[in-house]
Amino acid sequence: MNISTASGACEASAYNFAYLDEQTKRMIRRGLLKAVAIPGYQVPFGGREMPLPYGWGTGGMQLTAAILGADDVLKVIDQGADDTTNAVSIRRFFARTAGVATTERTVEASVIQTRHRIPETPLSAGQIMVYQVPIPEPLRFIEPSEQETRTMHALEDYGVMHVKLYEDIATFGHIATAYAYPVTVDERYVMDPSPIPKFDNPKLDMSPALMLFGAGREKRLYAVPPFTKVVSLDFEDHPFAVQRWDECCAFCGSTESFLDELIVDDAGSKRYVCSDTDYCRQRTEENLQ
Amino acid sequence: MYVAVKGGERAIDNAHQLLANLRRGDTAVAELGVQQVRQQLPLAVARVMSEGSLYDEELAALAIKQAAGDLMEAIFLLRAYRTTLPRFGASEPLDTTIMQLERRISATFKDLPGGQLLGPTFDYTHRLLDFTLLAEGEYPAPETTLADEPKPCPRVLDFLAGEGLMAREQDDGAPVPDITREPLAFPASRAERLQALARGDEGFLLALGYSTQRGYGRNHPFAGEIRIGDVEVWMTPAELGFSVPLGDIEITECEMVNQFVGESAEQAQFTRGYGLAFGYAERKAMGMALVDRALRAGEYGEEVQGPAQEEEFVLMHCDNVEAAGFVSHLKLPHYVDFQAELELIRKLRRQAPAEENR
Repeated sequence: MNISTASGACEASAYNFAYLDEQTKRMIRRGLLKAVAIPGYQVPFGGREMPLPYGWGTGGMQLTAAILGADDVLKVIDQGADDTTNAVSIRRFFARTAGVATTERTVEASVIQTRHRIPETPLSAGQIMVYQVPIPEPLRFIEPSEQETRTMHALEDYGVMHVKLYEDIATFGHIATAYAYPVTVDERYVMDPSPIPKFDNPKLDMSPALMLFGAGREKRLYAVPPFTKVVSLDFEDHPFAVQRWDECCAFCGSTESFLDELIVDDAGSKRYVCSDTDYCRQRTEENLQ
Repeated sequence: MYVAVKGGERAIDNAHQLLANLRRGDTAVAELGVQQVRQQLPLAVARVMSEGSLYDEELAALAIKQAAGDLMEAIFLLRAYRTTLPRFGASEPLDTTIMQLERRISATFKDLPGGQLLGPTFDYTHRLLDFTLLAEGEYPAPETTLADEPKPCPRVLDFLAGEGLMAREQDDGAPVPDITREPLAFPASRAERLQALARGDEGFLLALGYSTQRGYGRNHPFAGEIRIGDVEVWMTPAELGFSVPLGDIEITECEMVNQFVGESAEQAQFTRGYGLAFGYAERKAMGMALVDRALRAGEYGEEVQGPAQEEEFVLMHCDNVEAAGFVSHLKLPHYVDFQAELELIRKLRRQAPAEENR
């Protein structure tokens, strides 16, 4: 916040490539290797203070800093959009501290840092998604104690989670979780997929891309390796289902993507547009041709 | 067509410029110097150094200036700088028995070896606005005499320990973990707890300490000893093999005496809570000492009755950089999750009347 664009270059050179020192990056990469080896398991790591506030993506930024190489092409999205303020801020941070190329095109990116969305454009092998995670523990809102939840994971004791989902159905007739919807990874660990809408959960299953999750304040990281089974929790008589809209995108006409609702006048009229700005732009350009 | 309001690069640049204007205020008024902050707001500097975990008065003063007086923002600035510094070793334990004391009080004895030394304190001032400060007149400096070489000043709690009335603390000689390098694991060791509390938010620790006085985990505290002054920092570099002094730092230390009744009359002993902070930071050190003692409930087999005794609750929420960050992130857009919630609540409401008709 206090570095102007003009003085940016000289101040940036006082820091290591991608801000973090190499020892810290190595420590994080060791944690990531463990996370990839045990899909869905939350690995504690020595999270550092970052020059952005906790809760604004410090976990994701540390992972990105640890894996970024000079040849990488970075895309940063927030709410699916490249032009939201925090996405702009984080993209600029790495453009300045690492000098890497950045892009808004999903297909061009080798590393995509995200908050709250997975791109609509299918990911490919070799791409890495980095998720910003506020509360990595899926059991936290049922059991506040970390000692307890770590034991529950160790014993694969996930009964309380199913009871919570069942209580939702008994009370509301539906599972009342719309985002950060818990998943089982590789038939073992229950994992919080970060606060993505449950609409995005199916994109995690057998994805060819590597999925890395970083929680800076809570000092945890975890991963879903490529081609790993990721199943959203549900019941046989209440199968998992994603959100659907009756409307289509007002720009590109998509009926397949996650739509943001815009209130367009004082009477409360609504329009719907794609939350994924890159996907929407590609489709709009194709429609014009 | 309505276009969603989204910030761009220009908006961010403009916001930074506006912030710079806000910080500078009216340019007809002289700019605040970092040395002025350092010299004339020493208690703010102390707090930023303590909770920023970095003893550097000049950088703390710079952070306060840059943060426009927002101390939590200044703490954050200092932490984000500290985290990039290389770590070349750990100092020897501070010997606070030999300090250049500027203040030393004990509430448990009327008089004691070493004496009661009031020093500079707001205690016993009448909180009346001093309008002569408004006039900004020249301040006639009082006569001060430099103290002699620091002499060892015996510790109140050692008297009690000598009599067997105070539980002695054991140094197990184990390497001290660094919570800024390794994440906390629970249950935490006392060394880790004290580190977290030393960085913890003064207001949070004050409120938790206060809650123990009001019955949420009561443990009958007495301010056994509070001392403020300069202490030498020594370090033993591996290549030298003997210790060398690095310099003096100002610290505030508080040792609380707490009642504790053992299982039998012979075992009855006092216990202690410990607080330490950089600079002149009495309130922080006292809050820390109260919470340290409260967190020792498990060690003494006490029933956990209040939040101040809950280790995970206290340690996971005492850091104001973490807390301020996570609360402030609510300002970031959340419209995708909110859209998902909207869709869900509409679906639930659509189905509700149908069920009522059955």
